[in-house]
Amino acid sequence: MPEELFKKTFTILSRNFDKAGENSSEIKAILKGLGFDSETIRRTVVVAFEAEMNVVMYARVGTLTFRITEEDIQIEIMDEGPGIPDIEQAMQPGFSTASDEMREMGFGFGMGLPNIKKHSDTLKIESQIGKGTTLFASIKLNSNA
Amino acid sequence: MTLEQIKNLLGCQVLTPEFDLSNEVSTVLASDGMSEILAFHSPGALMVTGLTNIQSVRTADVADVRAIVYIRGKWIGEKTIELARQKEIPVLTTPLGMFDVCGILREHGMKGAM
Repeated sequence: MPEELFKKTFTILSRNFDKAGENSSEIKAILKGLGFDSETIRRTVVVAFEAEMNVVMYARVGTLTFRITEEDIQIEIMDEGPGIPDIEQAMQPGFSTASDEMREMGFGFGMGLPNIKKHSDTLKIESQIGKGTTLFASIKLNSNA
Repeated sequence: MTLEQIKNLLGCQVLTPEFDLSNEVSTVLASDGMSEILAFHSPGALMVTGLTNIQSVRTADVADVRAIVYIRGKWIGEKTIELARQKEIPVLTTPLGMFDVCGILREHGMKGAM
């Protein structure tokens, strides 16, 4: 296991659209402060923001754990929520179960999970119907070099 | 093209007069879907959108866009403008619709970032 250099866990509040994305903003500020390159920052923050919005929109409550190791940046989301019945289907660009309210917020166009996949180097999603979803994504630190 | 030129072309009102509009932009991200904006890598692009909530500014910040143009003369809430100020993103609003905004910008040499 690579050595963990930094770790912070955030609580994500369901349905709180005004605050949604604040954790991702903080992650951006932390990475900027540590001098990471703009492409690594952008990829990490897209993953964090999309994952955070999914919790805000669908789950009851969730946590986002952000880690920096010697090898990668990791975003781990654990939520209590409805779960994803068919993960493969949810990964298809355009597939969405969003409500009109979510679409009015500018989300729920079926691009969230595809965006997370596109911007990460590894992605693992586990989900239990009625219980919740765990998402683990990593961005390798040498992949942009 | 500079943001000042874009402002004049589109008849924009500037909601964040404290920011410099001499910055150049050459690409445009135009969508009401925030994940559509995030899907493409185009730092320094101009974001054109009809979505005026606070998430539009968060998305602009994540996507590293240079400025936001809100279309159809929509009302923009103070929370949206305040976050844009915090993130130092110039905010403009035009009475034109999405089709005309994109058409005018393209006629003047701007490229789509998508």
